[in-house]
Amino acid sequence: MSTQQESVESEPEEPESQEVPEDQEMSGLASPQQERLQRKQAALEERERAESDHDMDDDRVHLKVFRYDPEVEGKQEPRFDDFHVPFERGMTVLDALIYARDEFDSSLTFRHSCRQAICGSDAFFINGRQRLGCKTQIADLDQPVRVEPLPHQEAVKDLVVEMEHFYDQMHAVEPYFQDEETPDASELDEQRQSRENREKVKMSTRCIWCGACMSSCNIAAGDNEYLGPAAINKAYRFAMDDREDEEIKEHRLRILEQEHGVWRCQTQFSCTEVCPKDIPLTEHIQELKREAVKKNLKFW
Amino acid sequence: MYEHDVIVVGAGGAGLRAAIGAHEAGADVAMVSKLHPVRSHTGAAEGGINAALREGDDWELHAYDTMKGSDYLGDAPAIETLAQDAPEDTIRLEHWGMPFSREDDGRVSQRPFGGLSFPRTTYAGAETGHHLLHTLYEQVVKRGIQVYDEWYVMNLAVSGEADPNDRSCHGVVAYDVQSGGVEGFRARDGVILATGGPGQAFDHTTNAVSCTGDGNAMAYRAGVPMEDMEFVQFHPTTLPSTGVLISEGVRGEGGILYNEGGERFMFERGYANNDGELASRDVVSRAELTEVNEGRGIEDEYVHLDMRHLGSERILDRLENILHLAEDFEGVDGLVEPMPVKPGQHYEMGGIETDENGQTCIDGLYAAGECACVSVHGANRLGGNALPELVVFGKRAGRHAAGEDLGAPEIETGYGDDVEDEGMELPVTPGEAGLPERGSGEAVADGAGAVADAEGLVERAVDRERERVERLMGRDDGVQHAEIRAKLQQAMTADVNVFRNREGVERALETIRECREEYRDVYVDDPSRTFNTDLQQTIETRNLIDVAETIALGALVRNEFRGAHWRQENQERDDDEWLKHTLISWNGGKPSIWYRPVILEGQDKTYEPKTRSY
Repeated sequence: MSTQQESVESEPEEPESQEVPEDQEMSGLASPQQERLQRKQAALEERERAESDHDMDDDRVHLKVFRYDPEVEGKQEPRFDDFHVPFERGMTVLDALIYARDEFDSSLTFRHSCRQAICGSDAFFINGRQRLGCKTQIADLDQPVRVEPLPHQEAVKDLVVEMEHFYDQMHAVEPYFQDEETPDASELDEQRQSRENREKVKMSTRCIWCGACMSSCNIAAGDNEYLGPAAINKAYRFAMDDREDEEIKEHRLRILEQEHGVWRCQTQFSCTEVCPKDIPLTEHIQELKREAVKKNLKFW
Repeated sequence: MYEHDVIVVGAGGAGLRAAIGAHEAGADVAMVSKLHPVRSHTGAAEGGINAALREGDDWELHAYDTMKGSDYLGDAPAIETLAQDAPEDTIRLEHWGMPFSREDDGRVSQRPFGGLSFPRTTYAGAETGHHLLHTLYEQVVKRGIQVYDEWYVMNLAVSGEADPNDRSCHGVVAYDVQSGGVEGFRARDGVILATGGPGQAFDHTTNAVSCTGDGNAMAYRAGVPMEDMEFVQFHPTTLPSTGVLISEGVRGEGGILYNEGGERFMFERGYANNDGELASRDVVSRAELTEVNEGRGIEDEYVHLDMRHLGSERILDRLENILHLAEDFEGVDGLVEPMPVKPGQHYEMGGIETDENGQTCIDGLYAAGECACVSVHGANRLGGNALPELVVFGKRAGRHAAGEDLGAPEIETGYGDDVEDEGMELPVTPGEAGLPERGSGEAVADGAGAVADAEGLVERAVDRERERVERLMGRDDGVQHAEIRAKLQQAMTADVNVFRNREGVERALETIRECREEYRDVYVDDPSRTFNTDLQQTIETRNLIDVAETIALGALVRNEFRGAHWRQENQERDDDEWLKHTLISWNGGKPSIWYRPVILEGQDKTYEPKTRSY
């Protein structure tokens, strides 16, 4: 066994909340995709520099992984274990965790499935930030690579957190088409939707329920009933879809403007920063606030 | 013990649609899945849903394309059912809010796909599977259908009559991953297996880590034949380090494949002088591996897929997602360098033998989706045909299990009068499949012994699985599953891959046998009852051994080249001998192999086998 136990107290504290991005003006910015590409380009250049410095050659990745098990002696007090995993080009944090589990310690526990950032199982707190293990390149990270469960969620074991609360919030916004009066599908008559409207909801439909946003949100951390960015985004996806009628949209806005709804958001952008699918969550929440105001004005 | 009318095992596209179907037909239905539904691998599907929706297209064209694509190994009643039901079931998804891409007039978009005579692949960006999965899950939430998520189904509760055709299924035994408890789930009307593919039998696959063929293995051991398991689709462009899929769209837009010497080998080495990179998946996969095997691969492993010449504008417009995949998962920037690619296991055409209503030869046991073989895909699945299969046959299985009359099926299931059984001698002893884990005390744990009442039968099954867990957890040393799994996966990729010959497949079967023997001493190191993935994966590995053996056995006996199955000794399709399905039955723990003719007679016409050329 190549792991060594290490006291958790000796670790420096990592900030759990994200910095507010420098530019909060959404208007002047390029699209999220372009921004992401720019970020990627910069990261890639950085990675190439790192690799050409031979830092990685024949080297091992040093992982510090959070360990906890409520029923196993020695793991009931949270600790960090060290793993030294041989580095390979293209290696992700998930690859390194799988190697550590299969080669060193089969009890190392974490959720993962698709390995390609679509199942949303493996959001962890990596070097102080919510990220998907499968799409985080080791070469982009400072070592040792510190992997912890998502903050603000109850730890079940090692990197596994309780997701029930997250699912409850997702379900609370009635995340499904409400129309009962759908035309007979056997007539092959689809509902029409404009390209613009589809484009309007497109980013919101990309959510993979990973929970990174909820974990990053200070408001959600302090108010357990706050719907949170993912659920509000899910509501946005339906509220903005023209295929549902106005009455249902108003019903959706009523859910969202309740005490623990959109108004709790303080536009810190932490959710938008960590979203692995580049969904402009804060922007969606702001837009729903405006919609809620408009709806209420209508009744005055 | 939990109790419902219908229990659906697995919560991907087929399982969700089955649950909705059963609910629509009035049943109390519950889903039991080792993953939360939105984690299922249906979400990774990119391409789209084939459905004849538009003027100029009709279901008969879709059926014809599918039969041709199957290399005449699909059954006409299954293919015609798919083609007939797909339009309505696709439009139904639209009514449930699925965010399809749209045309200027507001109708759902369709695009051309390989092997299709009409652009009928209905899509939602390059994330059709993700949207399908989430839309179906939303409808499950709306209906208040009970979901037991992170419950891992370990086995079926099936009665123990001597003839599998006389057996009946009354429920499942599942393990609560969070708490470690093993419980019974009684199904009053039916159990539907929708557990997806067995891609993890190979060490390089586009499939999720969760795709371990659990449903196949459980049904197989309970007596249901595995059909056409040798037909495994290998996708030619997957990233070498992870197996992540690089869409065919890159080649569709003009991407070029190069070998180490910079040759455009698809043309320069004469693999496909007309279609080049756009030849069918099996052709391109074989070409790439030939290059590597003959020493012209890069790092002796892969080839290059280059799209730089398309220009960044076009790439960003149409293939943006590919840039992210290559960067995130391979650390390569597709705008400035070629992307490394190699063939990877992608889809299992074969599976649990069912009829058009999803029913197996065991009463009350159904299967739908990739784990099932109706058979729609035959020897080769066309792109865009997996998703309609999920919704069409998921729905049918759900409704039929709930008691709806869907008419008598035309497809026969189970060993019967219409089969051909050569009683052939296998060149190697195929694994002694029933080899017990040490200390288990009985040779074959599954389906043994008849119990008078259904509840007692489920209880007995629960007892057996609890004992199994204690046995695996109780051992202090031995071999760990990861070692066995790695050995199995490497053997399958080495010898039951794109290229197959008798010698190689026999070698793989020997290794599978070794894996089986080593598994007798398997132990679970993690002592915890909480979220013990070590235990879960150990059980999955047993399933992979059983499923891998059926794939290898099918590959051994089918001495012809059809669709995705290539054999060195007979590199031609042999219609005189092989217009028939391979079926493998678990016969008291020893696989027995038999054959059933393909049904080429459709509703109005008979499909005549023709050369498959594009």
